[in-house]
Amino acid sequence: MKPGFSDPVFDSQEGFSALMQAMARPGRIQRCQMLRDLPDGLQPAAAAALLTLADAETLLWTDAQGEARNWIAFHTGAPLVAEPGRAQFLLAIHNMPELAALDPGTDETPQESATLIVQVEALVDASGWSLTGPGIETAHRLSAQGLPADFLRQWNANTARFPRGVDLVLCAGEHLAALPRTTGISEPNRLKESG
Amino acid sequence: MITIETMDRPAWMAVLARAQAAEIEALLRETASLPPHRIIRGPEIGLTMMRGRAGGDGAAFNLGEATITRCSVSLADGTLGHCWRLGRDRRAAELAALLDACLQGDALREALLTRVIEPLRAQQAQTASLTARRAAATEVRFATLATMR
Repeated sequence: MKPGFSDPVFDSQEGFSALMQAMARPGRIQRCQMLRDLPDGLQPAAAAALLTLADAETLLWTDAQGEARNWIAFHTGAPLVAEPGRAQFLLAIHNMPELAALDPGTDETPQESATLIVQVEALVDASGWSLTGPGIETAHRLSAQGLPADFLRQWNANTARFPRGVDLVLCAGEHLAALPRTTGISEPNRLKESG
Repeated sequence: MITIETMDRPAWMAVLARAQAAEIEALLRETASLPPHRIIRGPEIGLTMMRGRAGGDGAAFNLGEATITRCSVSLADGTLGHCWRLGRDRRAAELAALLDACLQGDALREALLTRVIEPLRAQQAQTASLTARRAAATEVRFATLATMR
């Protein structure tokens, strides 16, 4: 078993600060490098985000197996559920679950929706998608490798049911960027066509 | 009756959870040195809700919160040792978790059980018995009509 945060108070505050900045400025890449020694399959930013958000009172879903799964169960203390639809926080390290299958909250309590942390292959600023919406002055460029092929279709369906919907945290290595449900994504070539 | 042969993990954990850090350290000084360990979690102090049942079988209710300290350590071979104990003694929690890890392996178990756990258990049993006898001496039996009949 590998250790968790070396200083649980300050490290989770740092994680919370990074997540809050990421949610307030969708697409901007934040760094989370508190965890360096992790079980196979887990990367620093995704693990730090999970330890910051999940605790014994949140239902958690993950597709991590073996040592990584034991590490998550031990250090968060959160009950692990088998169905993605029941979980409040989800960590996908291999395959992202369908966004439509996750808990979107209700119109009265949209804040109770699920937050999905996805470990992707790479996150690059200033290229790829064009993001618009609250927290972005005009447009912000972000590209993420390793998402499902129909990710944009799933994301558009997710933003269409506002105020319901799930929020996404994309993590790669020590970097993370958030896509809250208010953020619109358009592909760069479509922009060229319309412009 | 618990002997060294029948001492299992719950039994040594119960003894370690009640022992003071100074007591454990004093006994460890006379024993073989312990292997290096790595802290997995803690030692950290928190609260736990204690629940009770009126009369032992009523509906569960929250009795109150108690301070606990917990610690988990791992040895070089990956063995995990845990300790959750009442109070705020971080050093005792770490020592108890380390001893729990060492006691799971065959190499140190015999020596640690004989030289550390058994003396602690005997000391705790003696203290408990002394407290029980002191309390028993002050017991008052009320003679009522029901009992006199």
